[in-house]
Amino acid sequence: MNVLSFLNLVDLLVCAVVLIAAGGAALHRNLLSAVVFAGVASLAVSFLFLRLAAPDVAMTEAAIGAGLSTVIFLIAVRRTQETEEEDR
Amino acid sequence: MKQIVSFLALATLAVLLWNLAPIAMPSDLGPVASHYVSHGLQENRGSNLVTSVVVNYRGFDTLGEVTVLFLSVSGVGFVLRRRSGLKVHRQRPASEIITTGARMLFAPTVLFGAYIFVHGHLTPGGGFQGGAVVASAVLLLILADRDLVLPHAALGWLESLSGFGFVLAGVVGLVVSGSFLANHGIIPLGTWNRLLSAGIIPVIYVLIGLKVGSELAALLDVMVHAADEGEAHS
Amino acid sequence: MMAGNELYVATALGLIFIGLATVTIKRNLIKMVIGFSVADTGVNLLIVALGWFPNRTAPIIDDPSLLSDRATLAVRSAAIVDPVPQALVLTAIVIGVGVTALMLAYVIRLYATEGSLDVSRFGRMKW
Repeated sequence: MNVLSFLNLVDLLVCAVVLIAAGGAALHRNLLSAVVFAGVASLAVSFLFLRLAAPDVAMTEAAIGAGLSTVIFLIAVRRTQETEEEDR
Repeated sequence: MKQIVSFLALATLAVLLWNLAPIAMPSDLGPVASHYVSHGLQENRGSNLVTSVVVNYRGFDTLGEVTVLFLSVSGVGFVLRRRSGLKVHRQRPASEIITTGARMLFAPTVLFGAYIFVHGHLTPGGGFQGGAVVASAVLLLILADRDLVLPHAALGWLESLSGFGFVLAGVVGLVVSGSFLANHGIIPLGTWNRLLSAGIIPVIYVLIGLKVGSELAALLDVMVHAADEGEAHS
Repeated sequence: MMAGNELYVATALGLIFIGLATVTIKRNLIKMVIGFSVADTGVNLLIVALGWFPNRTAPIIDDPSLLSDRATLAVRSAAIVDPVPQALVLTAIVIGVGVTALMLAYVIRLYATEGSLDVSRFGRMKW
């Protein structure tokens, strides 16, 4: 297997991780888990930015999108409640 | 029922966007972008073209962007303002490992953030990323010591002065060479790939780094202390 | 489309779809803010993916001879991705975290006054 197809395979895997993590963030009832899922999606997207030849954007996404944003969400969850209400 | 309708509407939107995407897909750089790419090195003497675009060519947008960040942080401060006469809830102190680790890591993290925004015109990175790293160093301190009170007056002055410096650099460009944030005739462009090169770009990016760092640190501080106040209620 | 970035565009559209679906279907306010954040990430990924071309390098120039040699520069500039979407997304991410923090501040304030995160309970502003 040459390098190019290996990287394409990695891309495919990371895209799958992004979508699964975003789905987890949407569906998980525990808000802390949902926030962590969203952070994982953000971190995987920062890898995709690196693959799209955008190192500046990848750094910003990793530092701000995956780091600070997750922290702010965690503070908000801790301040309010940790589980979602049941849908009626 | 409502949920099914909105789900279907969104699915339609996604399919439409997917079919529209090839129309919007450019096959090569547009005329503006190819000017930035082919003349950016001569005009700004900076290796990182993204930094040239952010700070110089589209510097006015960036000025508006830091204003939006300032407004949203002051909005958070306004919404979560502390009511007077409320005693701050004492937290269980953080463990020894966290306290020691945070104290050890604080200075290197701030240094790393400063490194990122000082080298913004040479390597990937710049004021926004470096500012976020500096703010995460402040977050470490807040985690280690929850009763920590940040020097709000100093942070406010730092934020205001760096924003003022950004506008001042733009006005100097307007006076010296006739356009806002112009990059020629103010500071010599210098040798390519040296730290002190690219004219006014590193100066402005350091100012942006200080501004973003102090704003995000103030944001984290306000949100953490609002959380403390909430626990004092319940 | 044959631009080579179908995978990224599809992922970005998927993120936008999941984010907006979370915003419209969920009742929990923090879930809705998470949805906005996910959709924001998707839009950023879409913009960067539209400025990307296969087999081109990042917009960072590492060859000093390009300063004098215009011909080489013209060749090299055809091998670089578009820096403008990257610069716009760079600032959009920072604005995104500011807006997210503002939304969460309102959520915290609402919870302090109403004691609930269920958006269907906040009917006072409805008419």
